[in-house]
Amino acid sequence: MADPMKKTPVREQDPEVRAKNFDEVCFGYDREEAMDEATRCLNCKNPKCVQGCPVSIDIPKFIQELKAGEIGEAYDTISESSALPAVCGRVCPQETQCEGQCIRGIKGEPVSIGKMERFVADWARENGIRPKAAEKKNGHKVAVIGAGPAGLTCAGDLARAGYDVTIFEALHKAGGVLSYGIPEFRLPKSRVVDKEIENVKSLGVKIETDVIIGKSVTVDELMDEEGFEAVFIGSGAGLPMFMHIPGENANGVFSANEFLTRNNLMKAYLDDYDTPIHRGRKVAVVGGGNVAMDAARTALRLGADVHIVYRRSEAELPARAEEVHHAKEEGIIFNLLCNPIEILVNEDGWVRGMRCIRMELGEPDASGRRRPVPIEGSEFEIDVDTVIMALGTSPNPLISSTTEGLETNRRKCIVANEETGQTTREGVFAGGDAVTGAATVILAMGAGKAAAKGIQEYIESKQ
Amino acid sequence: MYPIVHADKLAANIYRMVVRAPRVARHCEPGQFVIVKIDEEGERIPLTICDYDREEGTITIVFQPIGASTQRMKELGEGDSFEDFVGPLGKPSDLIGMDPEELKKKKIIFIAGGVGTAPVYPQVKWLHEHGITADAIIGAKNRDLVILEKEFREVCNLYITTDDGSYGRSGMVTKCLEDLIEKEGHEYNHCVAIGPMIMMKFVCLQTAKYNLPTVVSMNPIMVDGTGMCGACRLSVDGEIRFACVDGPEFDGHKVDFDQAMKRMTMYKTEEGRALLRLQEGETHHGGCGNCGGDK
Repeated sequence: MADPMKKTPVREQDPEVRAKNFDEVCFGYDREEAMDEATRCLNCKNPKCVQGCPVSIDIPKFIQELKAGEIGEAYDTISESSALPAVCGRVCPQETQCEGQCIRGIKGEPVSIGKMERFVADWARENGIRPKAAEKKNGHKVAVIGAGPAGLTCAGDLARAGYDVTIFEALHKAGGVLSYGIPEFRLPKSRVVDKEIENVKSLGVKIETDVIIGKSVTVDELMDEEGFEAVFIGSGAGLPMFMHIPGENANGVFSANEFLTRNNLMKAYLDDYDTPIHRGRKVAVVGGGNVAMDAARTALRLGADVHIVYRRSEAELPARAEEVHHAKEEGIIFNLLCNPIEILVNEDGWVRGMRCIRMELGEPDASGRRRPVPIEGSEFEIDVDTVIMALGTSPNPLISSTTEGLETNRRKCIVANEETGQTTREGVFAGGDAVTGAATVILAMGAGKAAAKGIQEYIESKQ
Repeated sequence: MYPIVHADKLAANIYRMVVRAPRVARHCEPGQFVIVKIDEEGERIPLTICDYDREEGTITIVFQPIGASTQRMKELGEGDSFEDFVGPLGKPSDLIGMDPEELKKKKIIFIAGGVGTAPVYPQVKWLHEHGITADAIIGAKNRDLVILEKEFREVCNLYITTDDGSYGRSGMVTKCLEDLIEKEGHEYNHCVAIGPMIMMKFVCLQTAKYNLPTVVSMNPIMVDGTGMCGACRLSVDGEIRFACVDGPEFDGHKVDFDQAMKRMTMYKTEEGRALLRLQEGETHHGGCGNCGGDK
């Protein structure tokens, strides 16, 4: 029987073993553990957890179904709100969302909602259960740009409502950040991501890869010539940022996007694949978000000693608590309150070290976090041969610059109504990182969901 | 899948393929490029567009096998397919967007080196179709490596030069340019140079002396080709620019070629390893000094 105050522990690969492989770190709950954990839910009348969920899954309902052993029903409940439950159960920052609101969490540990969601989704997949497709098609065509979390969610919701949906994906593989960004050891590709995408396809959604909107075809052509009544833009985050410090173009300096794309999408860590990757000896990853943790733990698995270099303190690390915890367990060294000022380059043009300066926290800045301030005279060098910049991204202008009437803001993000996804161009909706700048999988899914509703209302209002 | 409708060999180790990709063929312009991927295990390879046929929906690519994926690509023929073929990527050549009156005032010299001859072709062809006959220099190591001569002769005034003098003029493209301008009285006010980085670097050093504006097309290492990875970044006038979205054409007098050339060597050892694995297959267990298979 579960301890009411504590989460049912979840089995994980031993840190020393997993630091050398790309297999999934967390094994997840089995049926017994999941059902046991379900007994900890208080089934609140006014469930705060649902408010904390960007896609408003009826959490108490699925937990009660799970508790009763009705796992298929629990899957149906989750599927009504989420197109990608096996993904969300693994990568959502539950501690700041559903579990952050959990009443159980006031005195003890919150109910382990994410791990239960994962179990239910995995169980459904292993038992061949798929989400329910629409019984009747309504004949309206909608185009979705980008097969990432926002696009897949928007497409899934519209298809379930009977719409004829085609997703256009720029890369050769669907999934967006789920395929190119998040590593195998956190989100298995063929076992989880590909299956979730197949589920979306089973709802009737078509996915056309290798199509770059703004280049291969424009939004205007989709609407005027290909007969799409509405378009959803979920094109994702875009261009990696650099620090603009000396030495940044040296050999051995990579954006996290490049490093992770080579490894995850192109599978450079597997011998059978042609794409090369640079396995550093001593790697510094600059940044403190989930992408930084992913890059650091990937470099570690490729055989390097890895340092995280972050300019604020541990409390400000934007990464999920679980990722930081896992990274530390695996032996990643955290150089906090430390900022690079120069990358040192040898005569062949390769990185030979990085010059940093120590930081201290000053007054809070616009983000509410205390501003890091350099401590004069505290410069020092660290011995690295590889630097990975994980500093965030800025939006890709490909679509906004080729679509008439689509407004962007100061940060070059597409302007869209938060509740409907409506942009400044009629019939064109947007959501996810293309609108908000780099954020999380689940926030993008929430935006895709809102836009699906907005698109339905728009098309209905035209009739 | 993107079927190969025609394949031939232009020279020793230079291959040409015509591939059906209607969305790309409809929108591409001279100066742009595509990314091809042979199969699941293949690398994404950026290749400049050599020609296109909007009605047939085809794109012509020319490549020189270097890494493991391009080595496998050369084995493909008519009837085979690429798993992925995406584009058009990058910006079209500046000439395409230019005001026709202004364009007529241009006295253009194209300088093409080696496999870089291929991306020059659609530009001279486009100009010819718009009533402008440009001059072009094709440079190659020797007679056997001169490609697309017939195609070029139909659309421009062509000068061929070979390093060993086995065909056309003798010497590097820079010597040919020098002779045209200094000895033969040609005048130019616009230069486009596409070829190996070392060639573009020396052309730019020379045209700087003539104050001749020079556009180069950069072909750095790339992964996605849409701006996402930043692998293709260059220093242009001291700023970081991405060849895939800001280029591939840049003002050659502002490009840091030395840095760009160093960056080209970034995966030399890794590429070598992938190639060895391919050539030696299961029998490759080290000896390359890198893979650790012998330890």
